[in-house]
Amino acid sequence: MANPILVFCEQRDGRLKRVGLEALGQACRLSKMSSSDVVAIVVGSSVGSLTQELADHGASRILLAEDPALTYYSSELFTTIVADTAKALEPVAIMMGATSMGKDLAPKLAARLKSALMQDCVALEMEAGGSLIATRPIYGGKLRAIVKAKRPMMQIVTLRPSVFSPLKPNPTPVVSVERLTVSYESVRPMARVHEIQQTVGGKKELTEATIIVSGGRGLKEPQNFKLLEDLASALGAAVGASRAVVDAGWRPHSDQVGLTGQTVSPQLYVACGISGAIQHLAGMSSARTIVAINNNPNAPIFKLATYGIVGDLFEIVPLLTEEVKKLKAE
Amino acid sequence: MKLIVCIKQVPATESKLAMTRDGTDIERAGLTFVVNPYDEFAVEEALQIRERLGSGDVTVLSLRSHAVQNPEQALRTCLAMGADRAILLSDPAFDGGDNYTTALVLAAALRRLSFDLLLFGKQAVDDDDGAVGIQVAELLGIPHVAVVNKLEVDRQNKTVVAHRQIEGGIEVVEAPLPALITCQKGLNEPRYPSLPGIMNAKQRLLEVWNRETIEIASEAVGSGGAELKLVRLEPPPPRPIGRIIPDDAAAAVQELVRLLHEEAKVI
Repeated sequence: MANPILVFCEQRDGRLKRVGLEALGQACRLSKMSSSDVVAIVVGSSVGSLTQELADHGASRILLAEDPALTYYSSELFTTIVADTAKALEPVAIMMGATSMGKDLAPKLAARLKSALMQDCVALEMEAGGSLIATRPIYGGKLRAIVKAKRPMMQIVTLRPSVFSPLKPNPTPVVSVERLTVSYESVRPMARVHEIQQTVGGKKELTEATIIVSGGRGLKEPQNFKLLEDLASALGAAVGASRAVVDAGWRPHSDQVGLTGQTVSPQLYVACGISGAIQHLAGMSSARTIVAINNNPNAPIFKLATYGIVGDLFEIVPLLTEEVKKLKAE
Repeated sequence: MKLIVCIKQVPATESKLAMTRDGTDIERAGLTFVVNPYDEFAVEEALQIRERLGSGDVTVLSLRSHAVQNPEQALRTCLAMGADRAILLSDPAFDGGDNYTTALVLAAALRRLSFDLLLFGKQAVDDDDGAVGIQVAELLGIPHVAVVNKLEVDRQNKTVVAHRQIEGGIEVVEAPLPALITCQKGLNEPRYPSLPGIMNAKQRLLEVWNRETIEIASEAVGSGGAELKLVRLEPPPPRPIGRIIPDDAAAAVQELVRLLHEEAKVI
């Protein structure tokens, strides 16, 4: 049996993040090349109930680190747990989602293990010898780099959310669950999370949304974002924004799509009143379907759009909201 | 308080990029290069901390990571903004490295300097890695808080409290000094260098440190020490040709919803 693939499956509040299941799915596809075991590791304060979901999504072995001290993310504690596990298992690869947690944990882990680190991958293959070849967007998505790890050992990768698909859940008996014993006293958490302040109103998170409705200067006034919020609510979408309206103070920075904002890969991106500056296009060009609504037929956004409507967004967006509601009611 | 900011020079974000013929680099001739936008937040934050405390000094540090790069210019921009000292790490042995070797070189240099707080941008907008700052903290054995959009320094208790942006919320993190912070947009508004600042920065001496200054083995850094190898660059996959839906607004919207439902199957 070849060395296993270790997948860090992120959870918050006792719920697995979808991107962890996506990483598990990709690990299973790669493991066919190397006939490796796929080992899931979950860290948190209440994770015992997650084993069935992990087994159903392809984990052949499950490691749990469960302790009240692990309620919040701690880069020091989490790194120590995963690094110590990796030293014992000698995995060919360590995979996780490119989330705020994954992109924090992976570099610290890579420095501790002296490992190759490939962040925010959108394609991942394994050579016969076990070396990973990753494709990762660079320059804000204007180009892609294909990189290869020199040594097929403990290669660390973070996967961009919503790009890889999880395995179709297949009811599987949970065979192997091990609880990791960690002596928390021996690890001094150097930086400590005091609290998590939730963003108000239970807003949908941009990087996790399958549909995003985004607005730019064409909305003319900050309160006109209400039109987009209505459409987003009909579609079950998150609301994004261009840099121009974030810089003008209409929307918080966490809503900004593009360079110096979020890079997103939703199934559907609806750009309303966004002309399409190169920095914005870089952040959303990997969306599967792009709809552009703009009154300027020469706006660069139309070059990327799957479907475009040239016209007045104040007329079109409310009509679209009604049509979507009708469709959903059917 | 001693503050050190690590910066990188990158192509301006509005640049149109082309690949070299062999596909292993971008065409750099004719591009405008700037201080990485996230690093500007780091420089600004260091200057504001110095101003708030009424004392302290701000050192900027940059690594020449490519033969065709002008980090001197980026360092002078930071001096013009108000930094006190600039150090350039430059040695052919550093070329062709990856995130790990970059962190090794920076950590080796930082061990020769004293500091209370290290500031980085949350990522450089060329490699989009967001790794080096965190790797440096681990190599130096100090705490880090990444992607910070609010920062308070408590000089008495020698701690920082940082707000870190995560999905759907903010993590409030406390760390003892010395610590490393990576900076996110929203932290501050970077100042423009003043004209006297620019004139003054032109006269200033940049310290240049090479491999021997930081006593690091040449095989540990650069392409030899790297764990990653670049195979090639490629353009993003072309998008399918789109279409403009004609007709009056009501009919166009009906057709759009039909296409999204039946053809694209996304709603």
